[in-house]
Amino acid sequence: MTVRVQAEDFDSAAEVRRLNGTSTDAGAIVTFTGTVRGESHGQRLILMELEHYPGMTEAELARIEQEARSRWPLTASLIIHRYGRLLPGDNIVLVVTVSRHRQAAFAAAEFLMDYLKTRAPFWKKETLSDGTGGWVDARETDDTALERWAMPDVTAATAP
Amino acid sequence: MSSSPAVTPDRSAPGGQRIRVLYFAWVRERVGRAEEVLDVPSSVTSVADLVAWLRQRGPEYADAFERPEIVRAAIDQTHVRPAAAIAGAREVAFFPPVTGG
Repeated sequence: MTVRVQAEDFDSAAEVRRLNGTSTDAGAIVTFTGTVRGESHGQRLILMELEHYPGMTEAELARIEQEARSRWPLTASLIIHRYGRLLPGDNIVLVVTVSRHRQAAFAAAEFLMDYLKTRAPFWKKETLSDGTGGWVDARETDDTALERWAMPDVTAATAP
Repeated sequence: MSSSPAVTPDRSAPGGQRIRVLYFAWVRERVGRAEEVLDVPSSVTSVADLVAWLRQRGPEYADAFERPEIVRAAIDQTHVRPAAAIAGAREVAFFPPVTGG
């Protein structure tokens, strides 16, 4: 069970090999890679800057991973999330889930991504080709994605 | 307020507490700094109280917390709601809704 937060790129195939090692327990390995889209608001994306909260990011990702492991029989899991200056096509996030059967691996990977997008303290700032851009707004669809996992929104606003 | 980076027992505000406050993303940009150490009076007991107290510290805080309902908070690196007590908190962070993944 591993969580990494890093500026450097990652190699998903190498990460899967390292995670699975010489084990033959797994019947299913699901790998999800999130990448930087080259378009936003009808404009070409020039740059994406990802800020995060060092310390809390690692703690929150570890809590998210623990929650997934309490729900599905995973034999291994990995979350890598990048921060810093990213370009279109660059890798942002890697989630790998390993289980004996595909249902658990698929469900856990989707849960990890839904949960991560609403809980892990990252913020994206875009620079677009027409000179506009700014901080990306959180999407309501990310919050509603949480509902099907019956998870409370613990990041409620700071005013009653 | 104190510019000391060390969070030590507060001696300047009897009954109050000394807290490291962190700001991220556009909250950081509007406040104009990433973090500071503040002596918070004892009348400030919750995250919502802290937001109200910060808002009257200056126009940059009033701007950052103009719509406090969209600013999120964490105490000691755990998400909290506005009613959460800040007693014993070493670190309180304020930030917009997260947009990772």
